[in-house]
Amino acid sequence: MRDLSEHIMDIIQNSVRANATLVELEISEDMVEDKYTLLFKDNGCGMSEEVLAKVSDPFFTSRTTRRVGLGISLLKQNAEQTGGSLRIWSKEGEGTQLEVIFSHSNIDRPVLGNIAETMMLLVGANPEMDFLYKHTTSGGEYVFDTKEVKEVLEGVSLSNPNILVYIKEMINENLNTII
Amino acid sequence: MAKVKSLADLKKMKDNLQSKMDLREKSDAPNSMVQVKVGMATCGIASGAKEVMNFFIEESAKRGISAVVTQTGCMGYCYAEPTIEVIIPGKDPIVFGDVDVKRADEIIEKYIKNGELVDGIIPVNYNTID
Repeated sequence: MRDLSEHIMDIIQNSVRANATLVELEISEDMVEDKYTLLFKDNGCGMSEEVLAKVSDPFFTSRTTRRVGLGISLLKQNAEQTGGSLRIWSKEGEGTQLEVIFSHSNIDRPVLGNIAETMMLLVGANPEMDFLYKHTTSGGEYVFDTKEVKEVLEGVSLSNPNILVYIKEMINENLNTII
Repeated sequence: MAKVKSLADLKKMKDNLQSKMDLREKSDAPNSMVQVKVGMATCGIASGAKEVMNFFIEESAKRGISAVVTQTGCMGYCYAEPTIEVIIPGKDPIVFGDVDVKRADEIIEKYIKNGELVDGIIPVNYNTID
């Protein structure tokens, strides 16, 4: 993975596969405490304790197409390389929460990358799901909420390419005012 | 400071777009449209599937192709990521492997527009008997 936006895309695919209807992503940049935190929350099917114990094992996956599951392992490794951590909470039938902490100033912390593209691709591929993305920095806060977008669109599909391109530019421009 | 894009502008754009949309698009029936599914699991993302999917969305907006671009999980062809599946209405689905932006462009121009096959097809090796 080249940047955090790719990791985020990857982790949220797990929520998609868990049939979540709402995925929340919160990124907070705290220069004072030197923390760069990603917090994921979904209301998907969750995991049993046995599965939860094995999620960061690269040789465990719930897929049948291949025998390795590297998504969480790679993110965990990246976080730990900067002195950070990855923690998961999950309850069967209720949902999953994942918190990844990086050291903000560490040279090994991947850059955020094109997060607007990640959100746009997720929204376009899963128009029936809702995504809430909140980004906080010392410069301010930006919230992107698909519920608001859907209200504005009044039934026009979110997967329309023209609308998606616009959404990407909107997220990008708004983020640039706080990052 | 330049004005930043907002939801209010999105509404204007939607109204504008709605008036231009043809009936087929309004019906929102994916079966009558070209479907492009991009393999977006860890293997795909690590090989650049995001870039490819973004390319398909941007180009179908630019070139006016009515396509539904969506994501799918790992198809088991990790060695050939990024992989995409293209379904043209009335035809069998075709899976292309090792799709970069250059090949994606070729797929749009040759296969999606003209039905002409291009390199990189992953053959279907069996069919189940219904």
